[in-house]
Amino acid sequence: MATTHTKSAARAMMAPSVIALLIWMAVPLAMTLYYSTLGYSLYNPISTPFVGFDNYSYFLSDPTFSAALVNTLILVVGVLCITVGGGILVALLLDQDFYGVNVVRLLVIAPFFVMPTVAALVWKNMMMNPVYGVIGQFLSSIGLQPIDWMTEVPLLSIIIIVAWQWLPFATLILLTALQSLSSDQKEAAEMDGAGALSIFWYITLPHMSRAITVVILIQTIFLLSIFAEILVTTNGGPGSQSTNLTYLVYQQAISFGDVGAASAGGIVAVILANIVAIFLVRLIGKNLDA
Amino acid sequence: MARRVTQRRKIGMTVLAWAVGLLIFFPILWTFLTSFKSELTAISIPPQFLFFDWTTENYATIYEQSNYFHYMMNSIYLSLGSTALGLLFAIPAAWAMAFSPTPRTKDILLWMLSTKMLPAVGVLIPIYLLFVNFGLLDSRLGLIVVLFLINLPIIVWMLYTYFKEIPGEILEAGRMDGATLRQEITQILAPMAVPGIASTVLLNIILAWNEAFWTLNLTTSNAAPLTAFIASFSSPQGNFYAKLSAASMLAIAPILILGWFSQKQLVRGLTFGAVK
Amino acid sequence: MGAIRLEKVRKAFGEAVIIPELDLDIKDGEFVVFVGPSGCGKSTLLRLIAGLEDVTSGDITIDGTNATELPPAKRRLAMVFQSYALYPHMSVRKNIAFPLKMAGMDKAEIDKRVSNAAKILNLDNYIDRRPGQLSGGQRQRVAIGRAIVREPAAFLFDEPLSNLDAALRVGMRLEISELHQRLKTTMIYVTHDQVEAMTMADKIVVLHAGHIEQVGSPLELYSRPRNTFVAGFIGSPKMNLLTGAEAKKHDAATIGVRPEHIALSTSEGMWKGTVKVSEHLGSDTFLHVETALHPEPLTVRADGEFPVHYGDTVYLTPQADKIHRFDDKGLAIR
Ligand SMILES: Nc1ncnc2c1ncn2[C@@H]1O[C@H](COP(=O)(O)OP(=O)(O)OP(=O)(O)O)[C@@H](O)[C@H]1O
Ligand SMILES: [Mg+2]
Repeated sequence: MATTHTKSAARAMMAPSVIALLIWMAVPLAMTLYYSTLGYSLYNPISTPFVGFDNYSYFLSDPTFSAALVNTLILVVGVLCITVGGGILVALLLDQDFYGVNVVRLLVIAPFFVMPTVAALVWKNMMMNPVYGVIGQFLSSIGLQPIDWMTEVPLLSIIIIVAWQWLPFATLILLTALQSLSSDQKEAAEMDGAGALSIFWYITLPHMSRAITVVILIQTIFLLSIFAEILVTTNGGPGSQSTNLTYLVYQQAISFGDVGAASAGGIVAVILANIVAIFLVRLIGKNLDA
Repeated sequence: MARRVTQRRKIGMTVLAWAVGLLIFFPILWTFLTSFKSELTAISIPPQFLFFDWTTENYATIYEQSNYFHYMMNSIYLSLGSTALGLLFAIPAAWAMAFSPTPRTKDILLWMLSTKMLPAVGVLIPIYLLFVNFGLLDSRLGLIVVLFLINLPIIVWMLYTYFKEIPGEILEAGRMDGATLRQEITQILAPMAVPGIASTVLLNIILAWNEAFWTLNLTTSNAAPLTAFIASFSSPQGNFYAKLSAASMLAIAPILILGWFSQKQLVRGLTFGAVK
Repeated sequence: MGAIRLEKVRKAFGEAVIIPELDLDIKDGEFVVFVGPSGCGKSTLLRLIAGLEDVTSGDITIDGTNATELPPAKRRLAMVFQSYALYPHMSVRKNIAFPLKMAGMDKAEIDKRVSNAAKILNLDNYIDRRPGQLSGGQRQRVAIGRAIVREPAAFLFDEPLSNLDAALRVGMRLEISELHQRLKTTMIYVTHDQVEAMTMADKIVVLHAGHIEQVGSPLELYSRPRNTFVAGFIGSPKMNLLTGAEAKKHDAATIGVRPEHIALSTSEGMWKGTVKVSEHLGSDTFLHVETALHPEPLTVRADGEFPVHYGDTVYLTPQADKIHRFDDKGLAIR
C-alpha cells in the first residue's frame, strides 16, 4: 500500500490537520510564555516592561495560588473517587440481568449530555438551594437542618455537581470493559470453585484495570480545567474556597486585567496537565501497538 | 428451584437498578417537571411531584421574552460548522494515517492527542487578545474555528480507528480501477465508512454543543450559544425556577436525544479508541 | 497486447530486501503462475507489476512501454484480490461498472459490457444484489467480472481461490482456465496450490526468498527440476531427497526420486523398509516407509490398493531413469 505517489499524497492529506493543530498549539503557547515575562496589565496596555520571572514568583507566592492548587487537587481527586467507585458499582449493576436494562442505561448516561452551565444551575438552585432545593426540603422533612451548600461547603458542592456529570462517562467505559470480559473466563473460575467475590477480585477487576486507568487519566485532563461549573455557581468563593487553577487564571486575566500574572498561571496549568498527559499518551501509545 | 431463585433475583435487581437509575436521572427529571409548573408551584413547600396544574407558560415566556432562538441558532451553527470543518480536515488525514502509515504516523497521532490535553486556560489570554485584534470576539466564525481546533484531534482519532477496520485491498482495487485519490475517498472510502463518520459527527456535535469555556469567554451576545444563554440565569431576579427549568430543557433536549442515540460510539471516541 | 517484462527489478521495504534483482519475461497471452512458499514475495511481485508498490530499482515494461512510473490505473492491468475486494456499498452491477465509470465510458457502452460480463460469468440473477448477499463463489465471479469488463492488457490474480471450499475451487479453476482460452489475455496467477499451478499454467515461476528458482512449463519443472528446491516444491507428494551413501553411488551429493517412481513389492527390491503410515485412498495408496538409507521415511505411491499396514516389511525399487541427481550446491547434474 505504498508507492511514492500515495506516500506523498498521504503527506499532503495530513498536512492541513497537522499544520492547523501545530499553529493552534504553538503560537498561543509561545505568546503565553512571552506574556508571562511581561508586566502587562489590560488597564495599562501601553507599558509592558520585561520583568523576568516576577510574574511567576508573584503568582506562586500568592496565597490564593496555593489555595487554588489545593482546591484543584481536591476537586480532581474527589471527583475521581466518586466516579470511579460509583462507576464500578453502577457498571456491575447494569451488567446484571433485569427488566428494562436499556431504559436504565439511558437514565444513567443522561447527565453526561447536560451542558455544564445547565448542570451547575440546576444543582445550585433546584437541588442545593437551602430553602427551595429538593435536598433541603428532604432534609427538613426528616427533621434535619438543611445546609446552605454553596456557602458552607462550596468545594464539596462543585465536586458533587461535576461527579454527577462524569459518573456516566466512567460507568459507560467500565461497562464496555466489563462486557468485553468473556464469560468463558468467569465460568472457568466458577468451575475452579471461586465465589462471586473472588471472581470480582481476581478476574473482573484486573480485566477492568486498563479501562479504569483510561477513565482516570482522561477525566483528570478534563477535571483540571473545570470552569463553567464554578463560574455560574460560586464564582470561586466564598473567598477563594472554591477557586481552582483555571478559575484563578481567568480571574487574574478578566477581573484584574493582569495579563502577565495570568499568563504565568496559564503556564503552570499547562505544566500540571502535561504531567498527566505524559502518562495518558504513553498508555494509549502502547495500546496503538497492540 | 434454581429458576425461582434467578427470577426472584432478577426482580430484586430490577428494583435496585431502577432506583439507582432514577436517582442519577433525578435532577433532569425534576427539571423537566418543574418546567411545566407555575413559578409558585415550582417553589412550593412541600414540593409537588406529579399532581400539579401542568402548564406550558414557561416555554411560551422563554420563547417570547428572551432571544432563545438566537442562542439556539448559534449553538446549531457552532456545532455543525465546527464539525463540518473538522470532517473536511480530518477525513483526508485519517485516510493517510490508516492506509498509508509510516513509522511516524503513531507519533503524529499521539501528538495530536496531546494538543487536546493543553488546558484551555493556558492559551486563553493570547487567543482572547488575538480575537480582539482581529475583531473576532463574539463572532461565530472565530468560535467555529476554535471549536474545530479543540475537537479536531478527537475527529481524526475516531475516523482513524474506523478507517483502520476497512480492508486496504478495497481501496487498492479502486486504484486499479482508475479511481483518482478524490474518487477513492469520496466514492469508496466515505460510503463504506458511513456508520463511523456518522458517529464521529454525532459525538462532535455533542462536544461542541456543550463546550463551556471558550463559548463563555469569547462571546457576549452576538455569537453566544445556549451555554452562555443559560449562564445568564445565574444571577436571578425574583422567582425563576420554572423558567430556568424550561430554558434548561430547551438547551439540553436536542443533545440528550442525540447522545442517547450515539452512546455506543461515545466510549470509543472519548477514549481515543483505547476502549472499544 | 499484454507482454510484460521485468528487468533487474528489486524491492526492499526499508532495510529488508524482499526481492533481490529479478528478471522475468511474460509473453502476450501467456498464463503464468507464481508459486513458492509463504512469504517468498509472490504477492509483492504481483503488486509491483500492478503498480500498487514502487520498485526500489529496475524497470517494468508493459507492451513495450516503460510502466515503471505509471500509476496502477494507467497500466491497463486488472487485479483480482484474495479477499475479492468488492465495494460493499455497491450492487454487483455497480461494482462491475465501476472501472468503466472511472474511465468515463458512456452509459450505453457500460451497460452493454456489464451485461455481457454478467452473462459470461452467470451473474444475471444476482446483478442487483450487494456483495454481502452473495456466496463466496459468486463474489469471486463478480471480482472477475469487474476485471474483465475493462478488457485489460493482463489479469493479475492473487490466490483468488484460497477462500473457497474444495469443490468450488475446482469449478472456479476450470472457469478461469476456460476464460483464458476464450479471451487469450495474459494472466498472472499467484497460488499456493500445486494442482492449480500444474493444471492452469503455461509457465510456472518458482520463487524462493524473492529469487526465481526456475521458470518453465509445468511438465518441464516436474521432469527436469533445476535444483533441489524446485524438485522438492513441485510435485505432490514431495519428491524424496536422499543424501549420503546412496547418493554417492550415483556420483551426486543428493538424489531425488518421486513417490510415484518407486516400485513396491512385499518380497524383493532394492531397498528394504518398514511401513510407518499407510494411506489407502482406493485409487492410490501412499506409504511412508522407514529405511536404513535416510533418517526420514520415504514416501511411496502405488496405483490402486496395496494391502500393507503398520509394521509390514516392504521392498522399494526406484526407476533408474527417473532418479534426479544434484551436486553439493543443490543444482541438478545433467
Ligand atoms: N509493506 C510491507 N512492509 C514490510 N514488509 C513487507 C511488506 N509487505 C510484505 N512484506 C514482507 O515481504 C515478504 C513477502 O511478502 P509477500 O506478501 O509478497 O509474500 P507471499 O509470497 O505473497 O506470501 P503468502 O503466500 O503468504 O501470501 C514477507 O516477508 C513480508 O513480511
Ligand atoms: Mg500473498
